[in-house]
Amino acid sequence: MAYAQPVEIIIAQTGRKIKQPTGLFINNEFVPSVDSTDVIECINPATEEVICSVAAGSEKDIDRAVAAARTAFKTTWGKNVTGIERSRLINKLADLIERDAQELGELEALNNGKPVKIARDFDIGDSVSCLRYYAGWADKIAGQSLEVDNKTKIAFTRHDPIGVCGQIIPWNYPINMWSWKVAPALAVGCTVVMKPSEITPLTALKLSELVAEAGFPPGVVNTVPSLGSVGGSALASHKDVDKVAFTGSTVTGRRVMEAAAKSNLKKASVSLELGGKSPHIIFESADLDQAANWACLGILYNTGQDCTAGSRLFVQESIYDKFMSILVAKAQELVVGDGFDEKSGGGPVVSKIQYDKIFRYIGYGKEDGAKLALGGEKRPSKGYFVDPTIFTDVKPGMRIFEDEIFGPVLAVTKFKTEEEAVQLANDTTYGLGAGLHSNDANQCMRVSNELEAGTVWVNQYNLLYNNVPFGGKKQSGIGRELGSYALEEYTSVKAVHWNFGEKLGWPL
Amino acid sequence: MPSTWSYSFDTQVYKGTAEFSTGLFIDGNFVDGSSGKTIDVINPSTGKLITKIAEGTLDDLNTAVRAAQKSFDTVWGLHMPGRDRGVLLNKLANLIETHIDAVSAVEALDNGKTFYWAKDDVTAVINCFRYYAGWADKNQGKTIETNDDKLVYTRHEPIGVVGQIIPWNFPLLMLAWKLGPALATGNSVVLKPSEFTPLSALFIAKLIHEAGFPPGVVNILNGYGSVVGQGIAEHMDIEKVAFTGSTLVGRKIMEAAAKSNLKNVTLELGGKSPNIIYDDCDLDAAIEWAAFGIYYNHGQTCCAGSRIFVHERIYDEFLHRFTERARSVKVGDPFQAGNFQGPQVSHVQYERILGYIQSGKEEGATLHHGGERVGSEGYFIAPTIFTDVQPHMRIVKEEIFGPVGVVIKFRDEDDILAQANDTVYGLAAAVFTRDINKAVRTANALKAGTVWVNCVNSLHPAVPFGGYKQSGIGRELGEYALANYTHVKAVQVHLSHFSQVWSP
Repeated sequence: MAYAQPVEIIIAQTGRKIKQPTGLFINNEFVPSVDSTDVIECINPATEEVICSVAAGSEKDIDRAVAAARTAFKTTWGKNVTGIERSRLINKLADLIERDAQELGELEALNNGKPVKIARDFDIGDSVSCLRYYAGWADKIAGQSLEVDNKTKIAFTRHDPIGVCGQIIPWNYPINMWSWKVAPALAVGCTVVMKPSEITPLTALKLSELVAEAGFPPGVVNTVPSLGSVGGSALASHKDVDKVAFTGSTVTGRRVMEAAAKSNLKKASVSLELGGKSPHIIFESADLDQAANWACLGILYNTGQDCTAGSRLFVQESIYDKFMSILVAKAQELVVGDGFDEKSGGGPVVSKIQYDKIFRYIGYGKEDGAKLALGGEKRPSKGYFVDPTIFTDVKPGMRIFEDEIFGPVLAVTKFKTEEEAVQLANDTTYGLGAGLHSNDANQCMRVSNELEAGTVWVNQYNLLYNNVPFGGKKQSGIGRELGSYALEEYTSVKAVHWNFGEKLGWPL
Repeated sequence: MPSTWSYSFDTQVYKGTAEFSTGLFIDGNFVDGSSGKTIDVINPSTGKLITKIAEGTLDDLNTAVRAAQKSFDTVWGLHMPGRDRGVLLNKLANLIETHIDAVSAVEALDNGKTFYWAKDDVTAVINCFRYYAGWADKNQGKTIETNDDKLVYTRHEPIGVVGQIIPWNFPLLMLAWKLGPALATGNSVVLKPSEFTPLSALFIAKLIHEAGFPPGVVNILNGYGSVVGQGIAEHMDIEKVAFTGSTLVGRKIMEAAAKSNLKNVTLELGGKSPNIIYDDCDLDAAIEWAAFGIYYNHGQTCCAGSRIFVHERIYDEFLHRFTERARSVKVGDPFQAGNFQGPQVSHVQYERILGYIQSGKEEGATLHHGGERVGSEGYFIAPTIFTDVQPHMRIVKEEIFGPVGVVIKFRDEDDILAQANDTVYGLAAAVFTRDINKAVRTANALKAGTVWVNCVNSLHPAVPFGGYKQSGIGRELGEYALANYTHVKAVQVHLSHFSQVWSP
């Protein structure tokens, strides 16, 4: 059966009925796959039950979507639409998402597991702000006019939209990652083929409905749910895609860059998240109570499924015992449960694969000799629930120190001196986020200078703002999202040299 | 309690009602002026009274400044993130859009421009507010590398309470150009509309209140320039004044600013902009644009192309066809479809323009076309053309601010550059030619803040606008306008231990 018709999802806990599109969104319409009958099953991680299935796009579907995006770029978008109009449409989309925030929040909770109120107020709230932020940039794309020779020449740059952009997003913040990618691309005039995660495609399809409702011309935003190895791979190697933007694992990120290089040398930016082993340092002068709060946020927010999760905690020896007792007590206070339960501060992890992986690493932690200070046990009931887990006496070399776990599992290591802490923190091929807590301002400045990470948090953790850039150093990524910096990712600079007075003698 | 003005429009182009208070908008409320006096608002199409509005006094100004300061110190300025200021500006734009026809009708009634062009203005107003809404969270400073010892960064902070004085030729558009960047950057505002065209600002005040701006952030005080305007320029607690109007009054503002608290001043003043038509231009287009350049908004445009320079080789043909074009301009009731030009804004302006026309005749110029009143009521003046002028004549040197163009012959590029730049003004200029190299050379050599090539009077919220020489100080629109309402603070954090600072 070719999927294109919407299905009705009934949310048991609220009674809400959601009309869920299941087809591929191309040219503002939901259509079945052109040549595949495969489907993607979407699972509710709190109950392990199937929510519904959506069409699984094929390579030919990606071709179709890219063709639609190219046509739109040449005719109704790109340089054919003013910044003012792009601004208006992106703002309209933001308004519509805000209007439907409760429904989208429930759908996000259902498919991803995170609590409804967090999905609605944070994920969706931040996404609406993100769209509005980039709507504000759309009519402000300015190049430079440059002095070369005032008597004979003018030179200037134009910031052109790069073209058709393939975007591949992960499952940990489906709506938020969607907005981070789509907003700047649309603001500068690019068209988009979006491949949402095969684990969490539902909200991307719902957002596509709003794209059409907002009035974007057909083909400007296209959504093709598909397996990464099919749709993602097709986008990365497509000869008519000008840029691919990817957020996901390091392994896949390398493949994306390779495919980009081997095909048409498309511009590729990658934000590598599952490789996060972000260091979180607690110095002796820190406000311990506050630092413990931020440390909990750092590893437990989104049930640890965050690219910048502060998963390696370094605590200075002099305050270690005191801090750890505060930390363990606070970590225990988090209620992990069904996303529709008002009491839940965190939900299940997103899938069986993630669940199994996390417990495998908990096993390694025990095997490698780390001490278990909290958690580490499976629940007997259904659902992929992982309770806050803290390992102490973790040493470099242990698997839970070196590898990403992507769950609420914290590895704690003691340190003596600032130098040691910085050295331990930087001893990784990754460099996405880092945090430090200290009341010594000079120490804060020194350490933040030395930490090799794209984002350094001082006396806080995890919080991002739409106007501040985000991305990785070292093998955590290439390029920056958010802020004005994201605009550059979707811009191609043309320099125009205009001669109005020089006459060339020939031969020279 | 100030009275509410309610007006029903029953015209060919618009039927509907507008209703708002006639008071002073201070601290989120509409109030009577402290003197209880009012100002008559006259309909320039008929010369008759529309309504009376509250007249602001110096006491009212002081109250407004205090309210503005309080809002800045407590809920506005750095107390509200830029993102939230942007949300409010977008809300205001949306509200204006909801009421676009009624707002346009009020503007046309009060100012005299046609409903069609009033609506064009209001559309630009909406775009301007939306444009600046987008800047609200993007007024970024820098981090600057100096040496290892220091962390240096700049902050772009709002100034505080700013005073804004706007003219009557584009009442709402001028209001948007002023409020947009000032509010986006976090300043609180005391704004004085022109006493000749106070109504649309009062409508906007109502919408500002509805949009949810905190009380005191925007204060709109109608009053006389010599009282409230002068009061703003002299006020010791206003740190910045922005003025658009005549060069004459601009000087007074700057003087008052210097004598009081050395407040920051930006000025958008008059112009006598040259419109240069080379012999290799697209003549059809040049004629259209030239007519638009001087007759748009009844010539009441600071950047009007009022000196039309035509290359001698095409002079006769241009003049003939330009005159036909001027003849075809429909002058009449702003609310009748098809009219391009309504009345001049006031009796004072009407008399002034007729005075210039008289001086042209007296000084020996040829009145080639027009030069008289149209109709028997209201302040309508026919599109007018003078030829055979000399540089010393008043109609060549001074800004007339009416539908009066002077057409001048020129020989070549050097000749025209000398003539075009021979003015104390420098607001705008236009160049018509098919030779793009000549266009660029000419554009680069003209001393004007805006040079149009093969077009005239084209404005966009993202493109800066302002004058050289006595046409003004500073730039409005675009990113550039943000600087007018921003204080730059450099913060230098010294990081290492105290080391030898004093030399022996």
